[in-house]
Amino acid sequence: MLKVRALECRRGASLLMSDFNMSLEAGQLIHLQGANGTGKTSLLRIISGLSTQETGKVLWNDVDIRTAREDYSSNLIYIGHQPAIKDDLTVLENLTVSLKLNGVNVDIKRLGEALEVVGLARRKNLPARVLSQGQRRRLSLARLWLDQRPLWILDEPFNALDVQANKLLEERLDQHLVSSGMCILTSHHTPNIDKKLLTEVSLGL
Amino acid sequence: MKIAGILQALLWRDIKLAMRRQSDVVATLFFFVVAVSLFPLGIGSAPSLMHAIGPGVIWVAALLSSMLSLNRLFSSDYADGTLEQLLLVPMPLTLILAIKIFAHWIVAGLPLVILAPILGLQFDMGAKDIGILVLSLILGTPLLSLIGAIGAALILGMRGGGVLLAILVLPLYIPVLIFGAGAVTASVNGISPEGALSLIAAMLTLGVVFAPFAAAVALRISLE
Repeated sequence: MLKVRALECRRGASLLMSDFNMSLEAGQLIHLQGANGTGKTSLLRIISGLSTQETGKVLWNDVDIRTAREDYSSNLIYIGHQPAIKDDLTVLENLTVSLKLNGVNVDIKRLGEALEVVGLARRKNLPARVLSQGQRRRLSLARLWLDQRPLWILDEPFNALDVQANKLLEERLDQHLVSSGMCILTSHHTPNIDKKLLTEVSLGL
Repeated sequence: MKIAGILQALLWRDIKLAMRRQSDVVATLFFFVVAVSLFPLGIGSAPSLMHAIGPGVIWVAALLSSMLSLNRLFSSDYADGTLEQLLLVPMPLTLILAIKIFAHWIVAGLPLVILAPILGLQFDMGAKDIGILVLSLILGTPLLSLIGAIGAALILGMRGGGVLLAILVLPLYIPVLIFGAGAVTASVNGISPEGALSLIAAMLTLGVVFAPFAAAVALRISLE
């Protein structure tokens, strides 16, 4: 379970949030909302442990994520604004490396299946530089079908995706939540999933 | 083992990426060869002069070409977001950077070591002196990558980082240069190079232990 307690976050001179509290339980999805510049990405980076807050705590199972960084990281999938794809590697190599770096060894058959799901199977041996923005996004999301971790932190996962891929991701989110996963994401549209599982949190002072 | 698997995957990735961009690697090597070859053209090629300047020239050129490739160490990973993912790998960042630095040495330092004997011949060095040159570079070039990584981590995301990197890193390279070139000069003059070589080896040991840690701290600061 993830808890955010009395968080204060500044970027430069401007105060983005103060005394911000939030908790995320198994089987719950938090949809962060807020206008541009209200600190959605900053909050996600703090929660994932990439940036530090001014004051306040982020707790994973009641342990501060700063003191148990590696244990926390192994429970987490963070997919940021940038798709984290190396242009010079092929689609398949990109996926394999990103999984191996997280200690996940998957056989080639399952990799192929996941690429099939996200619709990149026919391009698996092409260098990633030829992919379109939407395809890059699909490739970075492919990890969600292969790596079983309880907490997903997704920054604008629906960006650049077409209608069909949108639906695909929503289905995968649903599955993840039903098997008591957790997810926190930012998005400009409300994900079309079971309303009982969805919590809306608005940012902006 | 899980940790070994992760580190292996990272090493494979970095070397593969360098191989897919061979032009970068080749350009650095070309710079090394050309920079060394310019000196005899500029100041004449009397054998006594060659003996005197050879070790220093080869070492300075190795130092500069190793620095040329430092920018690549983190900047492309930073630009495409993979560096963020590396920070989230469930493993100490120090270890990850140690592997990245090792990969950098394989693609940017090791080729210099391999090319050095040919350049040594250009300066009329004997077989024994060339041996010492290679040995001093084997010990010295990893140190250049290690020190350089701290600088590269600090300047990440800054505008005009390249020049700043040179200003940061070159002064720290001076001890490596003094003892590296010193070992070869000693050998050329018939003195034992052992002392200088031992000192570089000692610095390398210190560097291997502390530089990845320092680079990890610098990287976290840069990415805040």
